[in-house]
Amino acid sequence: MLEQASKATTAMSLKKGLQRRWRLGEKFIESWILLAGILTIVVLLGIIALLLKEGLPAFWYTPPWEFFFGTKWYPVSEPPTFGIMPFFVATLWITLVATAISVPVGVACAAYLAEVAPAKVRETVKPIIEILAGIPSVVMGFIGLMLLSPLVQSAFNLNTGLSGFTAGIMLSLMSLPIIISVSEDALRAVPDDFRQAAYALGSTKWETIRHVSIPGALSGITAAIMLGVGRAIGETMTVLMVAGGALAVPISPTEPMMPMTAAIASGIGNAVRGGLQYQALFAIGLILFVVTLAVNLIADKVLERQKRKFAR
Amino acid sequence: MVLLVGLVVSLVGCGGGDNTGDEGELAGSIKIIGSNTVTPLSSVWAEEFMSMHSKVNIAVSGPGSGAGIAALINGTTDICQASRTIKQQEIDQAKANGVEPYEIQVATDALSVVVHPSNPVSELTIVQLSAIYTGKITNWNEVGGNDAAIVVISRDTNSGTHVFFKEHVVQMQGLPTEDKSLEYGGDVLMLPSTEEGVSQVASNPKAIFYPGLGYVTEEVKPIAVKKTADSAGVLPSVQTALDGTYPIARPLLFYTNGTPTGVIKAFVDYCRSSEGQGKVTEVGYVPLK
Amino acid sequence: MRAGAISKRQFSQRTAFSLLIIATIIVVIPVFAIVLQIIINGASAISGDFITQAPSQAGKAGGILPAIVGTFYLMLGTILFALPLGVMAGIYLTEYAKENWLTKSINLAIVNLAGVPSIVYGLFGLGVFVLLFHFGMSLLSASLTLACQALAMTVTTSREAILAVPREYREGSLAVGATRWQTIRHLVLPQAFPGILTGAVLAMSRAAGETAPILVVGAAFLLPGLPQSPFDQFMALPYHLYTVAAHVPGMPKSTIWGVALVLLVVVLSFNVLATIIRLRARQRRLNA
Repeated sequence: MLEQASKATTAMSLKKGLQRRWRLGEKFIESWILLAGILTIVVLLGIIALLLKEGLPAFWYTPPWEFFFGTKWYPVSEPPTFGIMPFFVATLWITLVATAISVPVGVACAAYLAEVAPAKVRETVKPIIEILAGIPSVVMGFIGLMLLSPLVQSAFNLNTGLSGFTAGIMLSLMSLPIIISVSEDALRAVPDDFRQAAYALGSTKWETIRHVSIPGALSGITAAIMLGVGRAIGETMTVLMVAGGALAVPISPTEPMMPMTAAIASGIGNAVRGGLQYQALFAIGLILFVVTLAVNLIADKVLERQKRKFAR
Repeated sequence: MVLLVGLVVSLVGCGGGDNTGDEGELAGSIKIIGSNTVTPLSSVWAEEFMSMHSKVNIAVSGPGSGAGIAALINGTTDICQASRTIKQQEIDQAKANGVEPYEIQVATDALSVVVHPSNPVSELTIVQLSAIYTGKITNWNEVGGNDAAIVVISRDTNSGTHVFFKEHVVQMQGLPTEDKSLEYGGDVLMLPSTEEGVSQVASNPKAIFYPGLGYVTEEVKPIAVKKTADSAGVLPSVQTALDGTYPIARPLLFYTNGTPTGVIKAFVDYCRSSEGQGKVTEVGYVPLK
Repeated sequence: MRAGAISKRQFSQRTAFSLLIIATIIVVIPVFAIVLQIIINGASAISGDFITQAPSQAGKAGGILPAIVGTFYLMLGTILFALPLGVMAGIYLTEYAKENWLTKSINLAIVNLAGVPSIVYGLFGLGVFVLLFHFGMSLLSASLTLACQALAMTVTTSREAILAVPREYREGSLAVGATRWQTIRHLVLPQAFPGILTGAVLAMSRAAGETAPILVVGAAFLLPGLPQSPFDQFMALPYHLYTVAAHVPGMPKSTIWGVALVLLVVVLSFNVLATIIRLRARQRRLNA
């Protein structure tokens, strides 16, 4: 009896020992998982820290007010002057053109796909949109350069087809997939009961879309627009190749212009590391980061609200 | 005459020391970083050199003259290729890092001013070019052409060409009208690439641009540049760049840390030899002699 | 009402629907135009040599093998760093995280990271990996930079894939005595695997097409051989396209289109792969 009891206790303690080792092993893995989670914060903070470290000194040389509102960007002159208003306005123009095209077209297309299109059409169109989303930006820039800019030049009788307008069109093509995808999700999230109620009252399909579905999906559609805007603001290669690169503050979108992203790319190759131009370029990066951050945060908040609205 | 001088140069180059003899095969690796203007030339040289010496590895990158100089200062490259001269500020930084920049000219580039073939304007003075690029002259009819706006194209600040053109044409260095405060005009298109500039001129009758000689195609028309109003207009060519009559010629340079030795020296010697220089015109630039 | 007459409301519906269809056509046509142009103009440059040879004469002749290989190395390096970390972070967020400030910050960080412009990632890579860590202009620096960019995507897709595994599965597993980690390892992850894989493939496709970060971090124009170690320099397709389109005198146009074609094929085939994985997984789940 005693033997059996001691065998049992040894077995118990063995099992406990194994379990403890298991738990330790698990704890080890779990701590790695926690670290991985924290890593995302680390990377983000790293980006912010680097931008601040390299970019803030630019403001010792040029006071923030002058930097932001100054119109002269002469980084290689002696003494260099750094004013980024031309870049900021260029970004605004290009984003405006891109949004003006991609929002109506994108939302309309999303409405079609979500509410009207037969399943077969949907199945065919969605992969095509995914292909559009997959085309790399340098290829888009190349196409814009070779195919679109001559068209724009002759259509608007411009001196050159390299303009903010051309860039805006190419960018709208690049924002369309995300606007369509998020808007479509938003429209599908609107409960069908709402639509059925409208039909029951005698509405046509279009009237239902217009007065029920779209208003119901409005926050999601807004988020989609903001995400598209964020994409347009942050795009580099396409605008580098197509927007023209003129340094004057652009008064009309058909002028050649240099948005903030292109300004950074145009100068970083030449800038002496740690020099004034280098710092100024990082400062532009900082401003760009803050702007896209704000846009994406707003989009995220709006999307959250949309999800909660229809959560069941 | 070019052949004779080339022969002399190659003899001089040979005298400098041929490393393939006693120690066996030439081996090692060389990093070349810097100007995107010089890149096509260095690539061709690198390819030839590697085919002659199979144990040598050469890597060429062209992010920009400034990036190359920075790499030299940081010690992350063996050769910096540049289409502009190193600035004093950069020399100071290099010395502070224990690097002694050593300048070697490997070729010359003639900056050709080109316009569309249909443009009636065939010659311009440096003063006129400066006025066009600062935005003072905005219409072709002010320089003897049609009544049309001038689409002024330049390279962006990544390019050593941008800086060189600014100092020597826009600011008219060396002329009595020299003005160091002049800047490119606000309507000038700063393009990220020379190819793009040339194709723009080829397709736009109003455009003007300054590509290196090697980029000039039959689709664009080079303009004769007059140093002053009374001098003769000179078209850019290998000849006029070599004999100095073409006013906008610039040196293409290699910078190394101290005088080059070993495999780097062998490579540089090759580039400056008649064999290497023979490749220069193939790529479209102007050889040293 | 007369037979055959349509009411005003019907009319406005038809008009509206036509507009919607037009919008969709506006979206679809450019895709065909772009892809067809690239195929038509680039096909002439494609040959066995083009894909298997190294470039010569400053890229005007020869092939683009190093750029293709470099792109694959970049994709590999990116996913090597971004996938394990992304999956683990996704696991953390779905299985372990509590509703506290840490979780909120992580979610915030992910949203932000997804929106950072690629040129800013380039600056980050330059400042941190190239300069601070002294990795130089290497495959390692570029892969790490692209991995940071891909991280937001891998975390998000992993999280969604894991969330999609029904609660009952987990609860059943815990009910028979498995620990949380065992449940994750043997049940949740295998179920979520297709979704995670889709995310990984999409991230690789994105890495293949990115130019701005490697422009700043420093891809090379000409390399004698293929990179032998992560510290070597590298060539890459998008950078090669940008360079040959931009910086080499007398580059034959068909070559440029050819590079664009190869890049497009690489990127799109990964997208197609991701779609196939997604559809196969859905199929299996429906059949189960």
